[in-house]
Amino acid sequence: MSPKLKKRRLRIVIALLIFAAVTLCCKTLAHWILSDKLNIYIIFILYLVPYLISGYDVIRKAVINISHGHVFDENFLMMIATVGAFAIGEYPEGCSVMIFYQVGELFQDYAVGKSRESITAMMDIAPEYANLKTDEGIEEVDPDDVELGSLILIKPGEKVPLDGIVEEGESFLDTSALTGESVPQKVCAGERIISGCVNGEGTLTVRTTALYDDSTVARILELTESAAERKSRTENFITRFARWYTPIVTVGALILAVLPPLLLGGDFAVWQTWIYRACVFLVVSCPCALVISVPLGFFAGIGAASKIGVLVKGSNYLEALAGVDRIAFDKTGTLTKGEFVVTELIVQQGRKDKLLKTAAYAESCSNHPIAESIIASFLKETGEKPNAGAVSDITEKAGYGISCVIDGENVLCGSKRLMDENSVECVPCEKPGTHVYVAVGGILLGIVIISDVMKQNAPLAIRRLKERGISKTIMLTGDTNESAKIIAQEAGVDEYHAGLLPQDKLSLVESLIKSGVGNPGAKRRLAFVGDGINDAPVIMRSDVGIAMGSMGSDAAIEAADIVIMDDDPAKIPVTISIARQTMKIVKQNIILSLGVKITVLILGAFGFANMWMAVFADVGVCVLAILNSMRMLGFKEK
Amino acid sequence: MKKKFKMQDLDCANCAAKMEDAIKKLDGVNDASVSFMTQKMMIDADDDKFDGIVEEAVKIVKSVEPDCVVLV
Repeated sequence: MSPKLKKRRLRIVIALLIFAAVTLCCKTLAHWILSDKLNIYIIFILYLVPYLISGYDVIRKAVINISHGHVFDENFLMMIATVGAFAIGEYPEGCSVMIFYQVGELFQDYAVGKSRESITAMMDIAPEYANLKTDEGIEEVDPDDVELGSLILIKPGEKVPLDGIVEEGESFLDTSALTGESVPQKVCAGERIISGCVNGEGTLTVRTTALYDDSTVARILELTESAAERKSRTENFITRFARWYTPIVTVGALILAVLPPLLLGGDFAVWQTWIYRACVFLVVSCPCALVISVPLGFFAGIGAASKIGVLVKGSNYLEALAGVDRIAFDKTGTLTKGEFVVTELIVQQGRKDKLLKTAAYAESCSNHPIAESIIASFLKETGEKPNAGAVSDITEKAGYGISCVIDGENVLCGSKRLMDENSVECVPCEKPGTHVYVAVGGILLGIVIISDVMKQNAPLAIRRLKERGISKTIMLTGDTNESAKIIAQEAGVDEYHAGLLPQDKLSLVESLIKSGVGNPGAKRRLAFVGDGINDAPVIMRSDVGIAMGSMGSDAAIEAADIVIMDDDPAKIPVTISIARQTMKIVKQNIILSLGVKITVLILGAFGFANMWMAVFADVGVCVLAILNSMRMLGFKEK
Repeated sequence: MKKKFKMQDLDCANCAAKMEDAIKKLDGVNDASVSFMTQKMMIDADDDKFDGIVEEAVKIVKSVEPDCVVLV
């Protein structure tokens, strides 16, 4: 609790004690001391003391705001309501309403402060300092002041302040703040690390590769901080509603206070009744419960998403995601890992390891992606790098492959065309993927098949989406039909389109969006998940654009509404659950607040509601709504 | 130009909405937001009028909630 809140708490406690004492005195002593007229004034003054102690700031603000011309200010209305109660002789009520209004406000401020803290703590990845290595030693500086290519030291338990490459040291990094992944990631010299992670036990020396403003952490912070600026339709509705609600209720109160007594032609008692009812109106005239709890609900939803490593760039996107009904995926990098690995070795002659070894040696001097994946596979199998020295007379022909000499034998390694050109006999292979034929001395050794592999969680993600009632999942890819078909089947998507150019993807998505419009009653929104530069226009065009954060191109991340930091497609169904849960809570809050307020207004107009109920409808409901919104923070995927 | 400002003691959500409304209506402002949740004000306005607009915005903030401070 901040000192300011503590001071307010003290004031309220004092006011409450005096109020209790005064009430007790009046009750017990009423019969024998305070019986004549004059004593009314004594009671009035006695009650005025706690009223002023608890409510002087309300009155102060009301006076200042009236001088600024804000008639529909809640402080002012609260003041009128309580002064009204005093005017008609309801001293205890006027006084207690002010005290309990303040209790509610205090609790409300406390709860909002707490929730703000816990949500921002969840998103808190900003590093406070960097240990810059200089000639004089280690200096603690602002991450903003570290120049590109500087050496920084990261001690155990510190946040990585800037993106860079490890020069020295070994450690485990906790990336959970960025990706939601709880298993620490091992890093050693030569590896890239991103800012915002938390260093484990080891000390790392890192050469920075980005300025603070361009580093991962700054970019993520920028995204999350602007999230509050993009308001959902619901929030905008509430703001518009709030603009009308207070004036209408206030005018209603005025009419209630004046019209019936004039029409009924009443004495002082009649005026008293109707003014009291008007005061009830004024107490519920603040739309606070709505104005606080709805944005808080969205904010908490965004916080819950960021806890699992999903950045939602605005509450409007959370709202849109809740209504998504079809999802289109890009293939490479989204459903698949986007990295080519050796998936199969078809041996024609000799042994498997000979085939891989020959291929790896032949490709050892090439930097083609296919060569890299063969070498990587060889390294993984045997633990050694191919000995480039054993290879001579290398010629590489684009589109064909490599011919070279290894251990005195002629080796051919490449496409079917290369084999045909050298009249090596071979049977065509039907399996999907890229085929690398390897021949030694004019005889085919075998075929190395390289393909993109599915992300482990892709089938799970599709299944979970189905469970959440997503009516259709579609895969769009520029790849060949054969490789698309396999992935589509394994992942379990309903539909796939292969051989698409970027513009084809766009027009397909546009027609899908069109087919979603006009279906009565349903918000058939389309989400698109992608990662590449060529996906950016599609991400932008779809109702909800989702990008893969670590694999993804900057263009895709920029264009996206939602970014999945660790590229795990299984985060999509979880995020949808978060979005739906958020909408549910927001709707509950709207119904609760409006329902209670309208009920109290109606009861108040007919004289069935007292000011106590009005205070509950105002601050009580607000606190309940805040607590309800806070449930989002404890969100757990079932 | 777009700039963010931290705010202190922005205590009422409805006031934030009122401030946002009023700042958006200022001449030369393209977009503005006052977030009760993050206690921040964002102003996107024409470069040449920017400083004047910020001054106006601070006045608006003061007039709606006298205790609220904009940290410029």
